[in-house]
Amino acid sequence: MKNKLNGQSVKNLIIRNAHIVDPANKIDDVMDLHVKSHRIVKWGKDLASEDAEILDAKNLHLLPGLVDLHVHFREPGYEHKETIESGAQAAIAGGFVACVTMPNTKPACDNAQVVKYQMERANVLNFNIFPSGTLTQGREGKKISEMAEMKDAGAVAVTDDGGWVMDSGVARRAYEYAATYGLPIMSHAEDHSISLSGVMNEGIVSSKLGLRGAPNAAEDIATARDIELVRLIKCHLHFSHVSTRGAVAMIRRAKAEGLPVTAEATPHHIALTDEEFVKYDTFYKMNPPLRSEKDRQALMAGLEDGTIDAIATDHAPHALEEKDRDIEVAPFGTIGLESAFGVIMTELFHGRKWKLEEIVRKMSLVPAEILKKTNFGRLKTGEQANFILVDTEKDWVFAEEHVHSRSFNSCFYGKKLKGKVLHTFVKGYQYAL
Amino acid sequence: MTASEKQVLDAGGMERVLARIAHEILERNQGISNLALIGIRTRGVFLAERLQKKLYEIEKKEVPVGILDITLYRDDLSEVGPKPEVHETNIPFDLKGKAVILVDDVLFTGRTIRAALDALIDLGRPKVIRLAVLVDRGHRELPIKADYVGKNVPTSLQDRVTIRLKETDGEDEAVISGGPKA
Amino acid sequence: MTQNIKTPWTQKDLLGLRDLSVAEIELILDTAKSFSEVSQREVKKVPVLRGKTVVNLFLEPSTRTRVSFELAEKRLSADSIGMASGGSSMTKGESLWDTIANIEALKVDIIVMRHGSSGAPHRVSNYTKCGIVNAGDGINEHPTQALLDMFTLREIKGKIKGLKVVFVGDILHSRVARSNVWGLTKLGAEVVICGPKTLIPWGIEELGVKVIHDVKKAIDGADAVTLLRIQMERQNETLFPSIREYASTYGMNTELFKYAKPDAILMHPGPVNRGVEIESALADSAQSYILKQVTNGIAVRMAVLYLLSGAIKNEK
Repeated sequence: MKNKLNGQSVKNLIIRNAHIVDPANKIDDVMDLHVKSHRIVKWGKDLASEDAEILDAKNLHLLPGLVDLHVHFREPGYEHKETIESGAQAAIAGGFVACVTMPNTKPACDNAQVVKYQMERANVLNFNIFPSGTLTQGREGKKISEMAEMKDAGAVAVTDDGGWVMDSGVARRAYEYAATYGLPIMSHAEDHSISLSGVMNEGIVSSKLGLRGAPNAAEDIATARDIELVRLIKCHLHFSHVSTRGAVAMIRRAKAEGLPVTAEATPHHIALTDEEFVKYDTFYKMNPPLRSEKDRQALMAGLEDGTIDAIATDHAPHALEEKDRDIEVAPFGTIGLESAFGVIMTELFHGRKWKLEEIVRKMSLVPAEILKKTNFGRLKTGEQANFILVDTEKDWVFAEEHVHSRSFNSCFYGKKLKGKVLHTFVKGYQYAL
Repeated sequence: MTASEKQVLDAGGMERVLARIAHEILERNQGISNLALIGIRTRGVFLAERLQKKLYEIEKKEVPVGILDITLYRDDLSEVGPKPEVHETNIPFDLKGKAVILVDDVLFTGRTIRAALDALIDLGRPKVIRLAVLVDRGHRELPIKADYVGKNVPTSLQDRVTIRLKETDGEDEAVISGGPKA
Repeated sequence: MTQNIKTPWTQKDLLGLRDLSVAEIELILDTAKSFSEVSQREVKKVPVLRGKTVVNLFLEPSTRTRVSFELAEKRLSADSIGMASGGSSMTKGESLWDTIANIEALKVDIIVMRHGSSGAPHRVSNYTKCGIVNAGDGINEHPTQALLDMFTLREIKGKIKGLKVVFVGDILHSRVARSNVWGLTKLGAEVVICGPKTLIPWGIEELGVKVIHDVKKAIDGADAVTLLRIQMERQNETLFPSIREYASTYGMNTELFKYAKPDAILMHPGPVNRGVEIESALADSAQSYILKQVTNGIAVRMAVLYLLSGAIKNEK
């Protein structure tokens, strides 16, 4: 469905009888919420206001808007895959009100100009974007990038995502520099000299299919190196898209030792394994790759005991002609914004009986806390309306019509989901889905 | 033989018919030299071997026997769905200059023999090819004629002619079955 | 020949041995036996594929396999034509769909495809009515080579079940080895893999094979030993220190071969690196069936094309 989602400016609206779940404010009750001139007025029982429109939210849940710590909006440079505009559309369709964009754009987001450009685009489009800047100039892994200026321009973190700084000496200095300005480092932990040209997880499945694989060790070795650097520097390091049981165990130990590390996992690593590759379908080619069932189970355990703090999509759009090539050549990645809530509700809320407030923590509150953005992840009176209305029981099947991204490379087509976002409120504008 | 079948040759009849054909072959060929028997799979092969024995009994000389599988030369290959099984063709002697007697159990439309002729030509250049069949049931679709016939059996198109041989079916007989149902 | 009821062949493609049943593999081997007679004749032709068109799409260089297929096709009276792309289409990122669609538009019946990317024929087979024969995809499978290896084994030893078959060399990058592992284990052979750890795929024991690094132990009591070509460097990874060390530890020579059964046979998919994986004298010895493999290759490929041609008609 390529229909553009248009936001309706919320002048005066009362949402009636929504079941509000907001763990930060300790709310878990059915009540009304009043939004006026784009801002939250208050919440409570039996609210009233003259001239207010009424939205009947019976049987729906109202949650703080989802915050995604890891998306690729590809602008500037790869607008054929995605633009900030289409990315925002995809995010809104998935119930996300704010996204941290990755800096592997062209030119790379390694200077204040690109950060400013992205912030301005987001402003015009009326969406919340938190750009991340690169760790090293051009993501080449050699020279530290201009983090101070990027932070002033609005960058919230630094990362060489897509790559990892192999030279530990360079990494140490770059992490120290980031720590100077209080910028969290987001680490795509991958030792490239081991993963090499692997197109999927190295294991019995890759041996059966005759495909080169990247072993768990590539991620585990990089994770171990970064944890030791954190021990040395005491900087906040956030592990992106954790996928191996080894990494989960190491992060758990590091946290127990009091090291300032946080971690995220993606919906596709939570829901799928390397068995999906049977048809040599490049839509399942991601980095890090889909791993074994053992790893998947370890991820779930990590989510449940707090080792993994947040869920982030790693939304990675690619044009179909690019994906539609030989497995060795096709780019890594899957889109994920539009399917994330449905997949997480299916796997964790319905599948493992999580409470809804735990879902809110992983997808909204904790990501906001990691970014130190206290206006997000919770409802706040006087603040712009950034929340979602969801039907936790709605059955649906993920299909192309649900995609609002410019690209259609999803690994979830045909998957039966239970739980869907029906309305997204971003910056006081309402989007009906 | 079942209730709906009518026997047209019994074991004794088959023996006598094969003996006569053996004599006819020798008569026409004016002796046994340069003769070769080629049986068309599957039952044609056993009949060829029986003829070989009969010829030996008469002339005390062995005529070579070859096995021909005509599957690859069928004219209906492009129609039939999954490909039919191919079995081996085994002709362990040179065809050049030989008087080949093609042996088959039933002559019907003539398409099998047409395929056999194509196969033989690809395999070598016999001096002459003659055809011996146990039963000729008529209804030719191609201009093919048998030189030696065991028994002429008039049939309707709906009839089924079944040959049973001791070597494959445990008994010797030729029966007709089917035809217009009551 | 088996006593099983033969299943008719119903698939329009031969993509690999991984997904074939025992009955299907045996059907190909039995059919190949009937076709081996054709190549012994004066007039090496049967009209089975008369009027059918076969395209040999070789996107990875090959001479031996391509010629073998071409001869098989011509001996079946098919119209056979070769298409190769200059350079590797992988690096050019050329759309395989476009190539296949163009071929289909020429009203072709079967495409024999060799491609540098594992899984390429599998991805393509769903999108075309043409039958696809995998002549080698990346490091995944090379089914007709494995079939001719098994055919050769069966002809000489009379059976495959219970035979001890050993593969020595670069298993990791060998699609021939992979296909053989699938086929031989399905048919009940005992398969042993031998080579340095760097050349052995992860978890291969789970496919039902034994891994033994010592060559003498590995070929002890073997009925057949297949040697695989090695390349020192692949994708900028050095997999063993030098050709010299490889030859001295894993190279097969007459002395070493004595550890196998006295009537053991030696096989190699070719081309042979004399002096590296095999001693020159051994390659020419009576126990080497390398050339017989080549002859059998035509019969096996004829059988495959014959069987596939029946299934394609069905789907139209």
